[in-house]
Amino acid sequence: MDPKPLVTLANVTKSFGPVQVIKGVSVSVYPGKVQVLLGENGAGKSTLIKMLAGVHQPDSGEIIMDGQAVSLPNTRTAEQHGIATIHQELNLVGTMSIAENVMLGRTPRKFGMVDRKELRRKAREALALIGLTIDVDTLVNELGIAQQQLVEIAKALSIHAKILILDEPTAALTRHETEHLFKVVEDLRNHGVGMLFISHHLDEIAEIGDSVTVLRDGEFVAEVPGSTPEDELVKLMVGRAIDEQFPRQKNSQPKASLILEVSKLGSKDKFKDISFTVKAGEIVGIAGLVGAGRTEVLRAIAGADKYDHGSVRIRNKPLQRGSVEAAIKAGIGHVPEDRKVQGLVLDASVNDNLGYATLQETSRFGLADFSGQKSRAESVAKTLRIRMHDIEQPIRSLSGGNQQKAVFGRWILAQSTLLLLDEPTRGVDVGAKVEIYELMNAITAAGGAIVMVSSELPEVLGMSDRILVMRDGEIAGELDAREATQDKVMTLAARDTDEDL
Amino acid sequence: MSTATIDASRRRFDVKRFLANNGALVGLLILCLGLFIATPDFLTGPNLLNIGIQVSTVAVLAFGMTFVIVAGGIDLSVGSVAALSAMVSSWLYVGSGVSGWIALIAGLVTGLLVGVVNGLVSAYGKLPSFIATLAMLSVARGLTLVISDGRPIKTAPEVSFLGGNLGPIPMPIIVLVASAIIASFLLNRTVLGRSMYAVGGNAEAARLSGLPVKRIVVIVFGLAGLFAALAGLLLAGRLDSAQPQAAAGYELDAIAAVVIGGASLAGGLGRISGTFVGALVLVVIRNGLNLLNVTSFWQQVVIGVVIALAVGIDVLRRKTRNA
Ligand SMILES: Nc1ncnc2c1ncn2[C@@H]1O[C@H](COP(=O)(O)OP(=O)(O)OP(=O)(O)O)[C@@H](O)[C@H]1O
Ligand SMILES: [Mg+2]
Repeated sequence: MDPKPLVTLANVTKSFGPVQVIKGVSVSVYPGKVQVLLGENGAGKSTLIKMLAGVHQPDSGEIIMDGQAVSLPNTRTAEQHGIATIHQELNLVGTMSIAENVMLGRTPRKFGMVDRKELRRKAREALALIGLTIDVDTLVNELGIAQQQLVEIAKALSIHAKILILDEPTAALTRHETEHLFKVVEDLRNHGVGMLFISHHLDEIAEIGDSVTVLRDGEFVAEVPGSTPEDELVKLMVGRAIDEQFPRQKNSQPKASLILEVSKLGSKDKFKDISFTVKAGEIVGIAGLVGAGRTEVLRAIAGADKYDHGSVRIRNKPLQRGSVEAAIKAGIGHVPEDRKVQGLVLDASVNDNLGYATLQETSRFGLADFSGQKSRAESVAKTLRIRMHDIEQPIRSLSGGNQQKAVFGRWILAQSTLLLLDEPTRGVDVGAKVEIYELMNAITAAGGAIVMVSSELPEVLGMSDRILVMRDGEIAGELDAREATQDKVMTLAARDTDEDL
Repeated sequence: MSTATIDASRRRFDVKRFLANNGALVGLLILCLGLFIATPDFLTGPNLLNIGIQVSTVAVLAFGMTFVIVAGGIDLSVGSVAALSAMVSSWLYVGSGVSGWIALIAGLVTGLLVGVVNGLVSAYGKLPSFIATLAMLSVARGLTLVISDGRPIKTAPEVSFLGGNLGPIPMPIIVLVASAIIASFLLNRTVLGRSMYAVGGNAEAARLSGLPVKRIVVIVFGLAGLFAALAGLLLAGRLDSAQPQAAAGYELDAIAAVVIGGASLAGGLGRISGTFVGALVLVVIRNGLNLLNVTSFWQQVVIGVVIALAVGIDVLRRKTRNA
């Protein structure tokens, strides 16, 4: 059998200014198959799929559909050719409802006016595809990032395209939602839809991938079957083997000194009665389902939101409620959940973005410390291997994973001693993850402490010394990481009765 | 950034990109060349000085506006604040006999205070700055009319000096150059300036990085008020009197200058040098149309079209950046 590809990118190239980021790559999508794109952060995966989505046009090479070269000058044309895309960065309008977002550009009309009833019905139908049951009139900016991602997926699915591109759709999802997505993928496969899938979770590749195209530095490296063992994929991708995925030594006799003391923290409708402590040298993981209140607790400690009850103490001193400035002064660094909305000033340079937290304290007489800042930023960018061609380039033009590293880097630069990490490695490739973990180890070894929220259970299990499991805004239990397992965590995390997301 | 652009244009001269980045300057040069060819009156000493004097008011107002727009807001009240500040200065001088220097400083302080009120209302009152400053546009103009009783009041000699000459050079041009240097220094070199870009680019990210966003907003509007007051004093000094209807509608010129100069109304982008060029474009167009005897009615049409073009270029610029 030799089915014809639905679409082929043939020997395409793409440059931004002087930098060539795609150097003659070919890849095909076949009906009923999942083609995986694999590569490090900045390898060119998103740039490549944006050529199919009508966002970028190749400088040379061709896009071939049905044996003919086509041009996709904009996203509308791409959709008309039956290509739907779930982009790595969410593209929802926060101030509009879920329904309006899902049907954006395809709003049903009656007598020239928006047909509200039909709009809601269609949106509900779309959400059902991915198993999301939530009021479609909810505003998108009231949703957490995982739910936003699901809305984005539903939007793409509702187009009923014959080619579906998924750029890291699972980065923001927990295992539970990912499984649901994969059922949908199976279903689409049976209906002959061709898919192009990008993920840094290597285990997902064997699960749904038929074939894997590996990219390195914008160049084609190899095409291998989806069943290829993970360590071989890693070797192809980064050019070397990675010995240890989670380099944490867990003998953990934490030092006696208390760094963080949270007592009876409560916030209306979000969480209640949260008490825990973190000692110097410890990494405490917080696990739980989407919506369990993990992000909210972290934000409350970091001063991003106000809380109603309880108190937070840092090194035995009370921490002012609802003040990010006070938190930073106390040594806290907070990597927020959504890098694009909460983390980065996209039009500002990499340099500026790395330096915001230290802008004030390094200044003299109100003057910004330009040369000092630049050398600090350059050294952090080097440590984290942030891939860029110039530290003054706008951070918008960095790949997703490299942007994420910059949010983390801001607090490395600030030498924070208590890191509150919300999905710190979202979208970061396997090699760079290990580097971030090493940095976490270095911080705890130097007497700092870390609280980490992550939807990636292996990460929580692999890097934490202790694990708190949250359910419905409360701490459902605590596990010693040495004896914790995925099952134990999930039992605590899942509701006893009906299961939500 | 700039080196990358140079590299890129060296490889393959990218007209679109070059125009998007330097559109206003290119436009200004073409404009000047066209006027030079069209009329012999354009490139004469007196006319150029005239342009310099006229641009000073617009540009000083627009520098303050640049801070606000970079920080993601808008200030519709600057014209009224300019008039009020000058009026307060003259009123104090004539009415209560304070010294001329005190009158001058009182004018500046008035602008600063009104600006701070704008900032407080939009930062802590959670009103969009568009609304807060629209209200102030009316309030400040009203106060100007109240204290002057609708009549011009003569300025203190110290204020008139601002409108006069220092040797051969008109004072407004000196003030213009000085404020350009100060504004540019503030925006580029200080913590405050860098914070403005962060607040305008993404206020939430700025807040979570520990920047005092509200305080910055208050200071930004305060600065806009201060620069507006300076512009108002320049204007009054030239006429030797504070006029109750002075600078009416100047807020639109200031906004236009900032946008023509490459700032984005969405916030986070903008430069003082760009704003300066933008102000020159506006003034040179008006001057040219006058020299060519075009009526002021048509002048308004032309200026409107130029603003639309500038915003169009802004959109194009954002597209090339996102792609
Ligand atoms: N608009 C742009 N301007 C300049 N450089 C860009 C632009 N978009 C992407 N790049 C560069 O192209 C390279 C490839 O980026 P791309 O987003 O395709 O990477 P990726 O493989 O998707 O990485 P990730 O896994 O982090 O998402 C990066 O080095 C990036 O900095
Ligand atoms: Mg990507």
